[in-house]
Amino acid sequence: MQFMLLFSRQGKLRLQKWYVPLSDKERKKISRDLVQTILARKPKMCSFLEWRDLKIVYKRYASLYFCCAVEDQDNELITLEIIHRYVELLDKYFGSVCELDIIFNFEKAYFILDEFLLGGEAQETSKKNVLKAIEQADLLQEVSSFAVDRFSAH
Amino acid sequence: MPAVSKGDGMRGLAVFISDIRNCKSKEAEIKRINKELANIRSKFKGDKALDGYSKKKYVCKLLFIFLLGHDIDFGHMEAVNLLSSNKYTEKQIGYLFISVLVNSNSELIRLINNAIKNDLSSRNPTFMCLALHCIANVGSREMAEAFASEIPRILVAGDTMDSVKQSAALCLLRLYKTSPDLVLMGEWTSRVVHLLNDQHMGVVTAAISLITCLSQKNPDEFKTCVSLAVSRLSRIVSSASTDLQDYTYYFVPAPWLSCKLLRLLQCYPPPEDGAVKGRLVECLETILNKAQEPPKSKKVQHSNAKNAILFEAISLIIHYDSEPNLLVRACNQLGQFLQHRETNLRYLALESMCTLASSEFSHEAVKTHIETVINALKTERDVSVRQRAADLLYAMCDRSNAKQIVAEMLSYLETADYSIREEMVLKVAILAEKYAVDYSWYVDTILNLIRIAGDYVSEEVWYRVIQIVINRDDVQGYAAKTVFEALQAPACHENMVKVGGYILGEFGNLIAGDPRSSPLVQFNLLHSKFHLCSVPTRALLLSAYIKFINLFPETKATIQEVLRCDSQIRNSDVELQQRAVEYLKLSSIASTDVLATVLEEMPPFPERESSILAKLKKKKGPGAVSVTELEDSKREGGELNGGGDRGPDTSAMSASNAVSRHSVTSNLSYVFQSTPSPSADLLGIRSSAPAGTAPASAGNLLVDVFSEAGPAAPSAAVNDDGFLSSAPPSEDPAPPLSEADELLNKFVCKNNGVLFENQLLQIGIKSEYRQNLGRMYLFYGNKTSVQFASFTTSVSCPGELQSHILSLNVQTKQVEPLVEGGAQIQQVLNIECLTDFSDAPLLNIKFRYGGALQNLTLKLPVTINKFFQPTEMSSHDFFQRWKQLSQPQQEAQKIFKANHSMDTEVLKAKLLGLGTALLDNVDPNPENYVCAGVIQTKGQQVGCLLRLEPNAQAQMYRLTLRCSKDSVSRRLCELLAEQF
Repeated sequence: MQFMLLFSRQGKLRLQKWYVPLSDKERKKISRDLVQTILARKPKMCSFLEWRDLKIVYKRYASLYFCCAVEDQDNELITLEIIHRYVELLDKYFGSVCELDIIFNFEKAYFILDEFLLGGEAQETSKKNVLKAIEQADLLQEVSSFAVDRFSAH
Repeated sequence: MPAVSKGDGMRGLAVFISDIRNCKSKEAEIKRINKELANIRSKFKGDKALDGYSKKKYVCKLLFIFLLGHDIDFGHMEAVNLLSSNKYTEKQIGYLFISVLVNSNSELIRLINNAIKNDLSSRNPTFMCLALHCIANVGSREMAEAFASEIPRILVAGDTMDSVKQSAALCLLRLYKTSPDLVLMGEWTSRVVHLLNDQHMGVVTAAISLITCLSQKNPDEFKTCVSLAVSRLSRIVSSASTDLQDYTYYFVPAPWLSCKLLRLLQCYPPPEDGAVKGRLVECLETILNKAQEPPKSKKVQHSNAKNAILFEAISLIIHYDSEPNLLVRACNQLGQFLQHRETNLRYLALESMCTLASSEFSHEAVKTHIETVINALKTERDVSVRQRAADLLYAMCDRSNAKQIVAEMLSYLETADYSIREEMVLKVAILAEKYAVDYSWYVDTILNLIRIAGDYVSEEVWYRVIQIVINRDDVQGYAAKTVFEALQAPACHENMVKVGGYILGEFGNLIAGDPRSSPLVQFNLLHSKFHLCSVPTRALLLSAYIKFINLFPETKATIQEVLRCDSQIRNSDVELQQRAVEYLKLSSIASTDVLATVLEEMPPFPERESSILAKLKKKKGPGAVSVTELEDSKREGGELNGGGDRGPDTSAMSASNAVSRHSVTSNLSYVFQSTPSPSADLLGIRSSAPAGTAPASAGNLLVDVFSEAGPAAPSAAVNDDGFLSSAPPSEDPAPPLSEADELLNKFVCKNNGVLFENQLLQIGIKSEYRQNLGRMYLFYGNKTSVQFASFTTSVSCPGELQSHILSLNVQTKQVEPLVEGGAQIQQVLNIECLTDFSDAPLLNIKFRYGGALQNLTLKLPVTINKFFQPTEMSSHDFFQRWKQLSQPQQEAQKIFKANHSMDTEVLKAKLLGLGTALLDNVDPNPENYVCAGVIQTKGQQVGCLLRLEPNAQAQMYRLTLRCSKDSVSRRLCELLAEQF
């Protein structure tokens, strides 16, 4: 996978993950072009399209579009399910996720994605294992913040 | 699990995000952001040391601002400080910031690398994973330099936690993609391959991406993965849906891993081991069987996951292309999907069937679905699906269904989306030509094309129809009649006028017998369009008029009057004015005989690959047109042109013999040249040749129109290139290969052959030379099944040449940056020899294969002897000149051992291949060989005499060269000593 973008129906970018080195300018241009292209498509259209030399796989969940760019030899259907698994992970973590969760906890959305995909490839496809990793990290946060509180109380 | 209660929510951050969301305008947002930036800056600069929490909060705010699309130029140092925090949450934000806002400041990089190093050696798996994620996210060269040797160790160490192994595998993959030279698997190879056997499915899933990428690059070293992959796949495919617990996704066992395994197997040919192959075929059959079973769930996720595996299995079946039974089953399965209610499946089935159509085993099976596909073209609501249907029709077309398919595509064109019209036009034009049984059908089709979609008919298409009509005398009368009828339409497309003008100018006489299309009627019809046309078309029409004067003397007065009128003879356009003046003069002073010679019918065009096909390849990327298709078209093109036995040399010769004629030929070709559209660049090929060489090039100009070296669309190419290449290909060209000289030597006495070949790439060469000019065709073949990206080539003349005098002028156009797996692309070089030289030009080729940069430099086999003109002379003349060249430095001599056969015929063939004349009866000793020739450079001619004395007993030769220039003697002597 070359990159993943999450954007709203209004075209606002909510998450961007780039797995190939591109300049800031190129990233902005790609996001702009692609968001426009996808928003212009009608609901019943197919989830795949050829765009430049890449295959774009996208799906809309409520107000958010999830869009992946994969290489020519990559499998479109399994990419569609990568998107779905990521949505499931977000949903499970936030508890029926909505766009606001991703806006206000954007860093968490990135952390979850890093546990699931790394370098553009699936790292761990088991929902349980990904969530376990994230929960462990959260636990570490709680323990350490607890320690800080106790220290400052003295 | 409500998120807010998790960890320590950053209240300040939440407030700031709310503020931004409440901003009513872009200006208000920018104002709020600037205020925040000022605040953060003062906090960072302030005297009070910030605690970790505040630092984390501000860094996070900066990150948020950056992700909104604003520039951030500070905060890196604070983020780096967070990396060394003991608190996980601070470290995590620090890493996130670093990964998103990569910075190239070397001091920072040093600090970051230090922090990563500490975390990697911390033995705390969570910290290790964070550090590995950061390396994978940044993936810079600096990180590769620092960690590429460490990570393989972590990956295979026995005590590494599974989650760390997973991160390490993908981290390594990312580094390998950016800096393949730094990631050396060597001793780790076998242990990495054996990760396919790991008990933990997550480890296998992560590792297989790495293994696939490495296998594409080094198939031999990793080939043991084939049997491991087959047994893993077999275990998954035969497992019950609950066996794999959480790796089962909507009742489908391990769909991601299955797809990856099937993809890995596509890096290799079918397994040689019978047992392994049997097991694999069984897997593929099971997958095909499962597709027929009723679904275990109604959820789309279930069918998507199941079908993802099915499509990947079909890809593997197509890749093997050796199991007719499986291919036909795959085709039937896809046939079912063609009518599925899911648009996604219809799209993928059409796409996958396109590749099946090119297999001999399944081509017929694909053809049975023609009606469904035509229906898809007509009724699909999504243009991307219609596009796939058009592609498939194109792929399944053969002689049996060509008429139907072309008719359907033509009728679709009338309503087709603008975005795909041009491509459709090219496809129709190609199919019509390729499968033309009778040429009247071909002519009708192309004229229909112009009528229906004239704006989308590119120059190549109408050049081609003219080329074919000129080469086939059985269709000329029909073409003239049809084009005459087409021009009757009150509003016809300018492209129609171009074709009409050209064809009536050549063959109008064939229909002039009918009073309804008498010469004057024809002329008036053409001239009625004249004023609405653009300058290039008008120029073409003027040429048609002068041809009319020759064909039909009775039109002379009328046409002269037209030429004489002010709007022609004083036209503000120089080209039109010049034509009017010249044609008027020509028609008044030349005798009928002279006119007849000058304005004779155009000679047949030499056989060339259809430029239309080349154009389609450009549009679609080379993969769109398979290699066999190209070969087919060459073969069939030959049939079509009817002039297959006539090489380019003959036509050039006839052109230069008929000096008077080619002045018009070149003039007519100028019609094309003055066309201001980008395709006119087609003619730019010869622009390197100086004007003085016109006699040779005039005949070739038209040839060039049909040659395949069209221009790449420059702006688009740049964009695509920049986007795809994972790093700008700024690396210096590699030094020439060690065997470059050896490869060069193979081509001293021949002009065609394979220059270079390795596992990835094959480079073939065809070249022709005339006087001091040469043209070389380079064919780059991608031997793998994977696309080459950022494919660039450059030619340079080495040191000596560059420094003071340029000896060779080599011109070429950049090739397309993508070479699909199995595809071949061509590049044309035009070479001009300015003065004699000894170093061959260097050809550097760079491309990315699976992310790894390939950089390779070869010597182009352009040697001084290529510019020889043979000189026949008598024994007396030879010895006289031999004596004249008696200064010691003019002679070069070498005695050397025979390296090759000393057979007479072989030697003669080599000496002829050298380019000189082989002179009989000159040397008193009949065993010896004597040759003579003149080397043509732009500045001077160098006479050369050669004598080769074989000594069969001793297996030795003595070679003597005498040339009018001493450097040439030396160089020829060096070159030739390697040949015998």
